[in-house]
Amino acid sequence: MADMLLEARAVAKHFGGVKALRDVSLGIQRGEIYGLIGPNGAGKTTFFNCMTGLYIPDGGGFTFDGAPLLADAPHQAAERGIARTFQNIRLFGNMTALENVMVGRHVRTKAGVFGAMLQNAATRDEEAAIRQKAIDLLHYVRIEDRADDLAKNLSYGDQRRLEIARALATEPKLLCLDEPAAGMNATETEELRDLIDGIRRDGTTILLIEHDVKLVMGLCDRVAVLDYGALVIEDVPAVVQKDQRVIEAYLGA
Amino acid sequence: MSKWLNPRSAFGIALIAAALIALPFVAAMGGQAWVRILNFAILYVFLALGLNIVVGFAGLLDLGYIAFYAVGAYTYALLASPHFGLHWPFWTILPIGAVIACFFGVLLGSPTLKLRGDYLAIVTLGFGEIVRIFMNNLNAPVNITNGPQGITLIDPVAIGGFKFSGTTQILGYSLSGPQKYYFLLVALAILVIIINLRLQNSRIGRAWQAIREDEIAAKAVGINTRNLKLLAFAMGASFGGVAGGVFSAMQGFVSPESFSLIESIMILAMVVLGGMGHIPGVILGAVLLSILPEVLRYGVGPLQMAVFGKMLIDPESLRMLIFGLALVLVMRFKPAGLWPSPERKRELQGDA
Repeated sequence: MADMLLEARAVAKHFGGVKALRDVSLGIQRGEIYGLIGPNGAGKTTFFNCMTGLYIPDGGGFTFDGAPLLADAPHQAAERGIARTFQNIRLFGNMTALENVMVGRHVRTKAGVFGAMLQNAATRDEEAAIRQKAIDLLHYVRIEDRADDLAKNLSYGDQRRLEIARALATEPKLLCLDEPAAGMNATETEELRDLIDGIRRDGTTILLIEHDVKLVMGLCDRVAVLDYGALVIEDVPAVVQKDQRVIEAYLGA
Repeated sequence: MSKWLNPRSAFGIALIAAALIALPFVAAMGGQAWVRILNFAILYVFLALGLNIVVGFAGLLDLGYIAFYAVGAYTYALLASPHFGLHWPFWTILPIGAVIACFFGVLLGSPTLKLRGDYLAIVTLGFGEIVRIFMNNLNAPVNITNGPQGITLIDPVAIGGFKFSGTTQILGYSLSGPQKYYFLLVALAILVIIINLRLQNSRIGRAWQAIREDEIAAKAVGINTRNLKLLAFAMGASFGGVAGGVFSAMQGFVSPESFSLIESIMILAMVVLGGMGHIPGVILGAVLLSILPEVLRYGVGPLQMAVFGKMLIDPESLRMLIFGLALVLVMRFKPAGLWPSPERKRELQGDA
């Protein structure tokens, strides 16, 4: 087996009588772009939320980077190296773009209350490093000229980019993008595609949830399809595209 | 941040410093009562900035803040009065008061971590009342707080042989007790302002702001929201504890009635009215809300006598009436507060 970064073992989650996830098992290899697709309500975001600790799975579990992931500990998931963006963008709206990315550095820095109060050399150096890194990341996603604007005043596409920059600030091993192309036009999607490809080339594994099948098939190394909370298939795009069950799931039997 | 100051802001600071030094002497011309009013204004600045950490920075609505003030005040009162026969020096009690208040802050914070907004407000309100009722009733079976009578003859602040009560002669000037406390309070207030400013522009301050903005997103970027909320409660409570200790020493007397719900609401009103999360705004709010009622108290009576020749309306009730009206008007026309931070102003103007 290849070098697995993340393994899901029989993850199950139900809300009341609705089985949102039925024993989903899959594996993401280090360095790949892994696509997770499926019709609306198939359980993609639920899977995401279980993985990043926002939901506690009712069964199964995750192994990340060689050790199990704790359920119900979102901040620890980030510490371990899982960063995410949200389907409905969740930025800190009344903070500037730069501050948003600076918050992303929180988990990789350590100045405490006393450091802040005393403003000793170590704290000041760390603060300068946080700022510099944040500026670099804004350049990386190419919204550096919006650094001092409030996040909520950014255009939709820039907000998506900012969310990615904030996630990258946590130095993730696995970057999870929840429908990053939603609501984007063709040009913006193309730019996003280049950005995602660039992030992977710079060494971050990517899990991509997406509705835009064309984007997923063009970009991903492997794709998993969920339908009614169950895994239909996990394979390379060429195989997935031709699979009868996938076609049925999308077009209806 | 702290590069060399440019001449203009240096001049501004010099001007403020001169005003702060002159203020107690100017106030004394109207009588020592005005110096005391001034002292309370600064004490409220201190309290409001403490609460600002909880409400303004971390966005946790706390209606029981006065409880920490009470804890600090009683800690001081018990350790420096004839009640238990203890007379510890103030510089040991003040930190003890801060630590005990901090402990109570965590005690209040830990069960309320999952609550937000109105629900949190109700729990904190209850907490504030519980503390006050405890103070009121802890005189039996063992007399700890002396119940509703309160504790009297509390030691004034003294550093070495220098007492802060009574009048002393310094360099040919005579300084009254309240005037000396004034300078102690100003020093403490400057300290709390610096701490507030530094916290705001720090990793911790940003994390608090992130929690205020979107708790789930904050968790997703790895912020331990539980610890940071507790930290906000603990820090706010410590400041309340210190303020309580100074209050105790300054008054020489504490009783439960000083720590009623209306006090919590007043301090919260100072923070909100001034401009939540914006330090200059909070200072302005605290000064206005503590001095304005006194001005009305002293102004309304004589004014009525002069205009109508008799008292038509009891000054006390008129004071609350005008005060309430002022609050309503400010919230109607300046919902972000009198002096909001630039961001908050934009937020409420809804330009998104």
